[in-house]
Amino acid sequence: MLRDITIGQYFPGNSLIHRLDPRFKIVITLIYILMLFTGSNIICLAVGGVYTIAALLLSRIPFKMFWKSVKPLLPFLLLTAVLNVLLVDSGDVYFKWKFIKITAGGVNISVFMIIRIVLLIMGSSLLTYTTSPITLTDAIERLLSPLKLLRFPVHELAMMMSIALRFVPTLIEETDKIMSAQKARGAEIDTGSFVTRAKNMISILVPLFISSFRRADELATAMECRCYNGGEGRTRLRQLKASARDFIALAVTLLFYAGALTVGLLFK
Amino acid sequence: MENMIEISGLHFSYPSDDGKEAAEVLKGIDLTIKEGEFVAVLGHNGSGKSTLAKHINAILLPTEGKVIVDGIDTADEKRLFELRQCAGMVFQNPDNQIVSSVVEEDVAFALENLGVPYDEMRRRVDDSLKAVNMYDYRLHSPSQLSGGQKQRIAIAGIIAMQPKCIILDEPTAMLDPQGRREVMATIKKMNREQGITIVLITHYMDEAAQCDRIVVMDKGTVALDDTPRNVFSHVEEVMRIGLDVPQVTELAWELRKAGFDIPQDIITEEECVAAIKKLMATA
Repeated sequence: MLRDITIGQYFPGNSLIHRLDPRFKIVITLIYILMLFTGSNIICLAVGGVYTIAALLLSRIPFKMFWKSVKPLLPFLLLTAVLNVLLVDSGDVYFKWKFIKITAGGVNISVFMIIRIVLLIMGSSLLTYTTSPITLTDAIERLLSPLKLLRFPVHELAMMMSIALRFVPTLIEETDKIMSAQKARGAEIDTGSFVTRAKNMISILVPLFISSFRRADELATAMECRCYNGGEGRTRLRQLKASARDFIALAVTLLFYAGALTVGLLFK
Repeated sequence: MENMIEISGLHFSYPSDDGKEAAEVLKGIDLTIKEGEFVAVLGHNGSGKSTLAKHINAILLPTEGKVIVDGIDTADEKRLFELRQCAGMVFQNPDNQIVSSVVEEDVAFALENLGVPYDEMRRRVDDSLKAVNMYDYRLHSPSQLSGGQKQRIAIAGIIAMQPKCIILDEPTAMLDPQGRREVMATIKKMNREQGITIVLITHYMDEAAQCDRIVVMDKGTVALDDTPRNVFSHVEEVMRIGLDVPQVTELAWELRKAGFDIPQDIITEEECVAAIKKLMATA
């Protein structure tokens, strides 16, 4: 049962978006977020929306996957929308009853905010959907590498992240085994009140932690045996080479950003 | 042939935390292993065989005595990486020695650490994967592989360093029979085709019987050191140390005890079958 969990939310594929250089994808996502947040009116967002839909279509990932990433945030979105509608008091009054007053300003702000956040979530999901966690780690390491000059341990952080990713399936399998072993000895894991179940989790967590420490120790020895010596002087098997399509994607994104800004200025 | 590993007067005790006298794990070991040899180290739990192995690539340093590998003293910190590149080590649990989430990147790990340029790294990684017959799996995630396959990846990660010597610390202990066969075949191939010196620590007698030479450890000392045939013909001695002999050797020994005329130095099934056939023909 635990074995079916997928880490990250990567959907393997070979679309144009999948093949983009991960460093560019991160930078493009940052520009995209900027575009959504500097856009001052609904027309700017429309430009962002066109961009998002085009990118989603290019990734060839089923639209319902993006809907899935938005769904958990829906109640929160609706609540803020309702609050905005009720509390903002500006522009034409659409409806008035005792203390409740719905104005054009409130409705505008609510719709604007919902669209902005939905686009934001979908766009950033696209990054994790089309880039494997390990590639993402690699790209982050390279993008942050200038920070090495400030003695920020970029390589060490990336190494920790990639080892953590590497051990997720191993530890899931281990948890599964420990659970079965404890069940075989009569531990009740799935029954009882919340508190009992939480208490029973201890019988799984303790062995899991102990074995993780042992694994860490062995892994450290094995890494030393293979001459691991920190980030200095390392070369990489995974080469990231920016190609023409990466620059084109970046240019298109910047163009959209400029477009959104211009549109925003024109339709004040 | 040149001496690959020279161990002289090796004593070792683990440092104790509570100030008490630490128990001595290795008590004066002298051992020389020649280049290209295929040596098995046998011994039951606590005989010091893993501790001995960890001295060969300086994971542990001698309390007393010297270990010299390919002319490098293991206590020489300046040549540590040179030493570890020359003498690679494979451990028991394949899961705990694989670093990366992609097979080929794990094989490249040592080369990345050593700063090998990309083109050479690519070539060496591909060659190593082909040598252990795992080239088709190069883009897989290690979690999708069987134990035997993972252990072969670990071996590939070591041979990518082009070592002169590989130490394997019970590499088959956690594997199923299929995985054990795959790993043993790979180790033998490395020894035969690339002339890599192999030190195989094991507690499987049939694996030890496939080596050129067996070193039997007992209570921190070397108890026997000879060819498999000679070691296993000392059935009583081997059993006194708490080890088994291969099943066929034991069968022949029991038959001899019962008064049959059968050679004492049988270590493979084929030899045993031939000897028993001969016995039945004469009877």
